Amino acid sequence: MDSPRLTPFLSMASLIGLWIVAALLTDDAQILPTPWDLLPRFGAEMSSGELFEHLGATLLRVLWAFALAMTLGTGLGLIMGRSERINRWLDPWLVVFLNLPALVLIVLCYLWIGLTEAAAIIAVTLNKVPNVATVVREGGRALNTNLDALAQVYRLGWRTRLQHIILPQLAPFIAAAARSGVAVIWKIVLVVEFLGRSSGIGFQIHLYFQLFDVAMVLVYAFSFICVMLLAEWFLLQPWERRVTRWRKA
Amino acid sequence: MVFVAALGKARDALAKSVITVSIDSKRFGASPVLGALAFSIAAGETVALVGPSGVGKTTLLRIIAGIDSDFEGQIVRPQTMAIVFQEPTLLPWRSVLANLTLIHKGLTHSEAVHMLDDVGLSGKEQLFPGQLSLGQQRRLSLARAFAGRPELLIMDEPFVSLDRETAETMLTLTENLIARHRPATLFVTHSSDEANRLANRTLVMKPLPTGAVLTPSDA
Ligand SMILES: Nc1ncnc2c1ncn2[C@@H]1O[C@H](COP(=O)(O)OP(=O)(O)O)[C@@H](O)[C@H]1O
Ligand SMILES: [Mg+2]
Repeated sequence: MDSPRLTPFLSMASLIGLWIVAALLTDDAQILPTPWDLLPRFGAEMSSGELFEHLGATLLRVLWAFALAMTLGTGLGLIMGRSERINRWLDPWLVVFLNLPALVLIVLCYLWIGLTEAAAIIAVTLNKVPNVATVVREGGRALNTNLDALAQVYRLGWRTRLQHIILPQLAPFIAAAARSGVAVIWKIVLVVEFLGRSSGIGFQIHLYFQLFDVAMVLVYAFSFICVMLLAEWFLLQPWERRVTRWRKA
Repeated sequence: MVFVAALGKARDALAKSVITVSIDSKRFGASPVLGALAFSIAAGETVALVGPSGVGKTTLLRIIAGIDSDFEGQIVRPQTMAIVFQEPTLLPWRSVLANLTLIHKGLTHSEAVHMLDDVGLSGKEQLFPGQLSLGQQRRLSLARAFAGRPELLIMDEPFVSLDRETAETMLTLTENLIARHRPATLFVTHSSDEANRLANRTLVMKPLPTGAVLTPSDA
C-alpha cells in the first residue's frame, strides 16, 4: 500500500476522487463539472484544432522566455559569482527586481513597448532572470580555482573553458534554476496572455472566464499542465540525468 | 661513457634557458612572501625546489606558471608549459581519454591512447576519473602533463600524501617520462630522496623578514 512507486498514483487518484466527490456534492456542472463532463469539450477542442493552436502559441512563448531567461540569468549569475566587485554593484538591482511583482513588470512592459509579442516575452523574461541569476551566482562562487589555474597553464580557449570546465560545474545550479524556471515561466506566460494577447492558453482562459465556462477553463488548464509535465519528464529530467551521469558512475 | 655523459651535461648547460625567472618581490597584502629571486632552467634540466613549509614555494610556482601575475619582476616563459598540482585536478565530468584530448587539442586519439598506456591506464579510456584510484588519478594527471610535450614542466609536491609503494611507482614513472620527453622541470619536494633521484640541482628557499630568497650557493 505504501510502496514508493505506487504512492504517487494513489495520491493522484485520491485527488481526482476528491474532485469527483466535490463535483457530485455541488451538483452543478456550471460551477464544478465532473471529469467526465470535461471529456466531450476536450474532444471538441482537439478536433477543431483550436486546442493545439493555443497550446502551440503558449508553448512558443514559454520556450522563448525560458531560453532568454536561462541564458541571461546564467551569464549574469556567473559574472556576479566570479567578481565580488561587480556583485556589490548589481546585487541591489537584483533585490529590487526579485521583489517587483510579476504583474507590475507585465503592465509596464505593455505600457512602454505596446501590446506586442516582444513585450510579452520581455516581461516574462525579466520576471525570471533575477531568480536564475541568484541561483547560478552560488555556482559561480563555488567554482574550483585549481581548474581555473589549469585552464590558464594549458592556455585553453574560452569556449573550451566554458563548455568543459565552467558549465559542468554550474550544471546542478542551472538544473535547479531550470526546474523552478519552467514552473514559474509558464504561469507568468498565462498572465501575460490573459492581459494582452489574443492567442494562447491564457487568452482562452480569459475568454471562458468572461463566459463563465468553468469546464473550458479546466480543459485548457489541464491540457497545458499535461504538456509541461511531459516536457519535465522527457526533456528536463533526461538532460539532468545525462549531465550528472559522471557523479553516479 | 662518463665522458659522453659529461659532454651531454655541458651541452645542456650551454643550451638556451627555457625559463628565466627574475622576481623583485611578491606580497600578499602588506606581508612580503618573496624577496629578490633569480634563476633560470635550461632545456632538459631538472631542478628541485626545497624549503620549509610556508616559505612560498607554491606561490613561486604559481607566479612562474602564470597563474598569479600580481608580483614585481619579470618571467620569460616558453610557449608550452605543463603543471602537476598536489591534487590530481582532473575534469571529473569527462572521460579519462577526454581529459587528455580536451586539454591538448592537437593530440590525436591514438597518441592519447598511447600516452595512457605509458602511465599504465590502458583500457580505462572511457571511465570517469572518479572511477579510478587516487594513484591512477595522479598518473592521469602526469599523462596530461606530458601529453602536451611541454618545454617546461612544473610540479608541486607531486608525490606527497601517497603511500610509500605508490609514491615509489610514481617516482619511477616520472623519472622515465622525464628521461623520454626531456622537458625543463621545476618541482617542489620535501624528500631529499626525490631530489637526488630526479634533479640535476636543487634550489633552497630561505625565509627572511623581507620575503624568501634563494640561498646563495644555489642561485
Ligand atoms: N592567497 C593567499 N593570500 C594570502 N596569503 C597567502 C596566500 N597564499 C599563500 N599565502 C601565504 O604565503 C606564504 C607562502 O605560502 P606557500 O607559497 O603556500 O608556501 P609553501 O608552498 O612553501 O608551503 C604562507 O605564509 C601563506 O600563508
Ligand atoms: Mg605548497
